[in-house]
Amino acid sequence: MRLTFEWMEWTVPTAIFCGTIILTVLAMSVWQTLAPSLERRGFLPIPTTPGDRLFIGILSSVYIFFAWIGLTHFALWILLIIVLCWIFVVMIWG
Amino acid sequence: MKGKKKTIGLVIYFILLMMPIYWMLTMSLRSNADILASFVLYPKNITFMNYMKIFTDSSWYMGYVNAMIYVVMNTAISLFVALPAAYAFSRYQFVGDKQMFFWLLTNRMAPAAVFALPFFQLYSTIGLMDTHFAVALAHCLFNVPLAVWILEGFMSGVPREIDETAFIDGYSFPRFFITIFIPLIRAGVGVTAFFCFMFSWVELLLARTLTVTEAKPISAIMTRTISATGLDFGLLAAAGILTIVPGALVIWFVRNHMAKGFAMGRV
Amino acid sequence: MEKWPNNKAWFLVLPAFVIVIFSAIIPLMTVINYSVQDIFGPGQAVFVGTEWFREMLGDYRLHDALWRQFLFSGLVLLIEMPLGILIALAMPKKGWGVPVCLVTIALPLLIPWNTIGTIWIIFTRPDIGLFGAGMNNLLGIPFDHTDNWLDAWITVMLMEVWHWTPLVALLGYAGLRAIPEVYYQAARIDGASAWATFLYIQLPKMRGVLTIAFLLRFMDSFLIYAEPFVLTGGGPGNSTTFLSIYLVKIALLQFDLGPGGAFSLIYFVIVLLFSFIFYQALQRVGKGEKV
Repeated sequence: MRLTFEWMEWTVPTAIFCGTIILTVLAMSVWQTLAPSLERRGFLPIPTTPGDRLFIGILSSVYIFFAWIGLTHFALWILLIIVLCWIFVVMIWG
Repeated sequence: MKGKKKTIGLVIYFILLMMPIYWMLTMSLRSNADILASFVLYPKNITFMNYMKIFTDSSWYMGYVNAMIYVVMNTAISLFVALPAAYAFSRYQFVGDKQMFFWLLTNRMAPAAVFALPFFQLYSTIGLMDTHFAVALAHCLFNVPLAVWILEGFMSGVPREIDETAFIDGYSFPRFFITIFIPLIRAGVGVTAFFCFMFSWVELLLARTLTVTEAKPISAIMTRTISATGLDFGLLAAAGILTIVPGALVIWFVRNHMAKGFAMGRV
Repeated sequence: MEKWPNNKAWFLVLPAFVIVIFSAIIPLMTVINYSVQDIFGPGQAVFVGTEWFREMLGDYRLHDALWRQFLFSGLVLLIEMPLGILIALAMPKKGWGVPVCLVTIALPLLIPWNTIGTIWIIFTRPDIGLFGAGMNNLLGIPFDHTDNWLDAWITVMLMEVWHWTPLVALLGYAGLRAIPEVYYQAARIDGASAWATFLYIQLPKMRGVLTIAFLLRFMDSFLIYAEPFVLTGGGPGNSTTFLSIYLVKIALLQFDLGPGGAFSLIYFVIVLLFSFIFYQALQRVGKGEKV
């Protein structure tokens, strides 16, 4: 058995993308272990914990990404800003 | 009067349910030439030639053996890792428990087609391609979450006073878990094993993608026969009938517990 | 009942966690990597950014497959839910009939999916199949699922209903069994008709299991692969090419890793959204039952 990562065909952007998500999840876990937070109601229709809100934020961002790619030809860095703002909004007020 | 109408309806449904299976059974008892030559509702010249061919040709009967091996392996692995996990979910509150449970569940829902491509690459790289272990491990993707899900339901039905009493009596966790707790949820373990068996047994796509010859299950061998020219319907039907047998046997053994497993809606 | 807060429980989850990570996260990251590159062979790849996503999102065959998928899942629910409830209502409540019914009904669920396809090939072929030949010769209706798209759809739907209605029936039956006899006695005293009993007692009490049946059937019919693949191979033309069949065609038959990866991600994200809704509904059902 020979373990290599060649077959996964890593690229820098995808490595940054996956790394960011993994690090965020780890950071959230550490934060919640040290200071657990309770469920609460924001503008989303269901009571959520910060973990739920992160998931909702990321999932909806992927849909925004698909809409952006599929429907428009604007540059991606604009999308990145929009998406980051959106996740931020969901995390704080969601 | 009303009861009678219900029974008639049910009988009609059962006849419709059985008709395709019956048709395959009659086909399996006829030779291919006979099938193509005449159209009859029941076999006139019964022959067991098709079954004989399957039981004597190793490229056929090994298909059943291969499928059995990985199904049993998968059921064992799934139960082994799912039992402690389900206990944790049913008893404790910990960081990320809900998210974790949800994430496990998404894998039960994930389309196998999405994973087929990377699995092919992954198992080729680590040299597990075309082994029973590869298929058993790949089926864990949906069977481990399923097992955790079903077992958690059964475990939540056991009052927690039992755990507390045992711990006060000085039982260590492993001893309590194996000697007291697992016997309490015997039925649950049985139902879980049944569903793991079932989903690993019926799955085709991953099993076909990850095997070439050595570990090829019967389902993949049948698919190959379908696409080949000069289709032998009698043989195909016999092979199909034989794939139904293990499932039917397993159902008979768990029939009383099955309703409970379904009742919790955790399939 | 409050659960005991204890983060050490993580160690119990760890084995399951590791094994599912191995089978889920690593492949998922690989798919993400593939989706942004044009790969010619091992180590030979060009970074193409979001090109594949743009191509797949604008691919009319993918749109067609998606709409076909929704139509299929919708029809499945429309037929299987009422039929399953009817069967559940007709099943005997006690006696020797119960195990017989349960085993008979559950039988199709344990048949390997490709055998299901095989059964229906043999059953519906116009030359040798009971159904196909019966339609053509006895009723005089031309029927050939390899040639006519409507016939192909009818066959796939029949197969799907035949295969999975038992699941709805079993779930519904389990829900019915959970209704205490007192409710029926009260209904009899009030002189309620069978329809009123169904509408005001049985249906509300079955709501939990039926929600689960609905969601499970939706999810599973959304992922359908083996049965139509064996039965029709996605044809005639592309008329029964559902999402999974199209994806396998791109990813495993043509071995287009880049577009296949992008397609996989799109498919996965759609399913993820449904899973999330499923989970939320499930939580609500769980809370409702405890009250």
